[in-house]
Amino acid sequence: MEFAGFTAVSGVDLQVTRGSIHALIGPNGAGKTTCFNLLTKFLAPTRGSIVFNGRDITREKPAEIARLGLVRSFQLSAVFPQLSVLTNVRIALQRRKRGDSFDFWRSEEVLRSLDREALALVEAVGLSAYAELPAVELSYGRKRALEIATTLALDPEMLLLDEPMAGMGREDVERIEALIRKVSKNRTILMVEHNLSVVASLSDRITVLARGQVLAEGTYAAVSKDPRVVEAYIGSGVGHGH
Amino acid sequence: MADIAATDVPTAALLPGETDKATLRLHRAIMIGIAIALVIAPFVAYPVFVMKVLCFALFALAFNLLLGYGGLLSFGHAAYFGMASYVCAFTAKNWGLTPELAILLGTSVAAALGALIGALAIRRQGIYFTMITLALAQMAFFFSLQTPRFTGGEDGIQAVPRGRLFGLIDLSDDRTLYWLVAAIFMAGLLAMYRIIHSPFGQVCKAIRDNEPRAISLGYRANQYKLAVFVLSASLAGLAGSTKAIVFQLASLTDVHWSMSGEVVLMTLVGGLGTVFGPIAGALVIVSMQNYLASLGAWVTVVQGVIFVICVMTFREGIVGVIANRIKRPL
Repeated sequence: MEFAGFTAVSGVDLQVTRGSIHALIGPNGAGKTTCFNLLTKFLAPTRGSIVFNGRDITREKPAEIARLGLVRSFQLSAVFPQLSVLTNVRIALQRRKRGDSFDFWRSEEVLRSLDREALALVEAVGLSAYAELPAVELSYGRKRALEIATTLALDPEMLLLDEPMAGMGREDVERIEALIRKVSKNRTILMVEHNLSVVASLSDRITVLARGQVLAEGTYAAVSKDPRVVEAYIGSGVGHGH
Repeated sequence: MADIAATDVPTAALLPGETDKATLRLHRAIMIGIAIALVIAPFVAYPVFVMKVLCFALFALAFNLLLGYGGLLSFGHAAYFGMASYVCAFTAKNWGLTPELAILLGTSVAAALGALIGALAIRRQGIYFTMITLALAQMAFFFSLQTPRFTGGEDGIQAVPRGRLFGLIDLSDDRTLYWLVAAIFMAGLLAMYRIIHSPFGQVCKAIRDNEPRAISLGYRANQYKLAVFVLSASLAGLAGSTKAIVFQLASLTDVHWSMSGEVVLMTLVGGLGTVFGPIAGALVIVSMQNYLASLGAWVTVVQGVIFVICVMTFREGIVGVIANRIKRPL
């Protein structure tokens, strides 16, 4: 991927095995989010190809990617601020259960049948007390939790989580960690995460990116002992103690 | 950890749907109130004035559907209003169509024009979207200016026959015509209300709030934006066609960019993104134009001052302020 002459990521050969939790880590500016944007087609790659389920999706549009079962979350909390917490989740359910909703002549009462399932998801991320509140009124950590509930509502085959734990308190991190572990059954997860203890406990495989290139790949135990990785982290001044 | 602490404890633990239901009941009561007001109005006010308010209120409702619920600022809504007005006037006068057919045809042309302009404009976001709608609406204006055979040029299309509704009911009496206009307005209001409270409306609101997120959930945002654009253009066309029958006139004023500005003003004064705000806004602005007519060109200045005051002091508009006061969406 090149931005007007600047090569953001190049030669990243990333293979994510079905059913695994794969973490993408690296110092700031390593190109993690760019990778995400490439995979979900919010950016078009200059070169290379992206294959999902044996299908080349390099030229697909973002909405089509989501429909194929490859759903992302965003680094900054991505909610629908003026809609209630419940409606936020229901919008995603609506897409999965009804497909397109161009029926402007029908009452929204038809969506009530989705409320129960939406509420269950809201509960799973610990937000049931806030179900009626407009999402804009939630704290940052709760917005993140809502975003994860919304993403899960799509029941995606593959989840891309962009820093799911950023800005969360300890108790929330534990809850979301447990939730990710729970939903990882029958699902593939690729996540970018700075919280290395979360990465260590959740992921099956880890890819370390630095300056737009793959520095190392393997299990947490192997990667964390790699001298190049240690240097990249210390060299960039990101002192994640673990 | 600290930011998670109880900064946003909900005021009351309501069951999902409770607040929704209370709001729906309130809206229903307001609708009934409006219907009653419509029945009384022609007996206490000049019917033509009320009809003018209703036409502009419908126009503002159409605009608000697009901006308030679709998040799309069109600065070219005069094109749909004005072109529909021309088509309705032309076909009623020259082809002898009955008023309901002329109005229907005018509305359809506005819908088609909306589909054309919308398809081009939604390719761009924000201010660029707005500029495209303005540029294309200006093209509609110059088309109207340059084709006097169709539009009557500077004179407009005058003496449009009001005709007979369904070929039966003579509409030349203001009181009789009033009931048709009131019915069209009420139907337009109910249609708008249904659209924003439909599964489709939910998706539009989601796209308005956060388009990339809606796309990442698998919604093809552009298709929804185009659909709401066409619906809005159609309702604007319905308002323009009805106006042509009421005033028996279609003129360049209806397609002029200042008409696009006026509908923005009405919507903002009344309350952007509120259900009933555009009606209040249209009532205020049309009343001002009527009762301050003696001031001549100063009406525009007064309007400008009101606009500035509105934006500076109560940005939510009249109905928006009330909605905040009673803590319910209106």
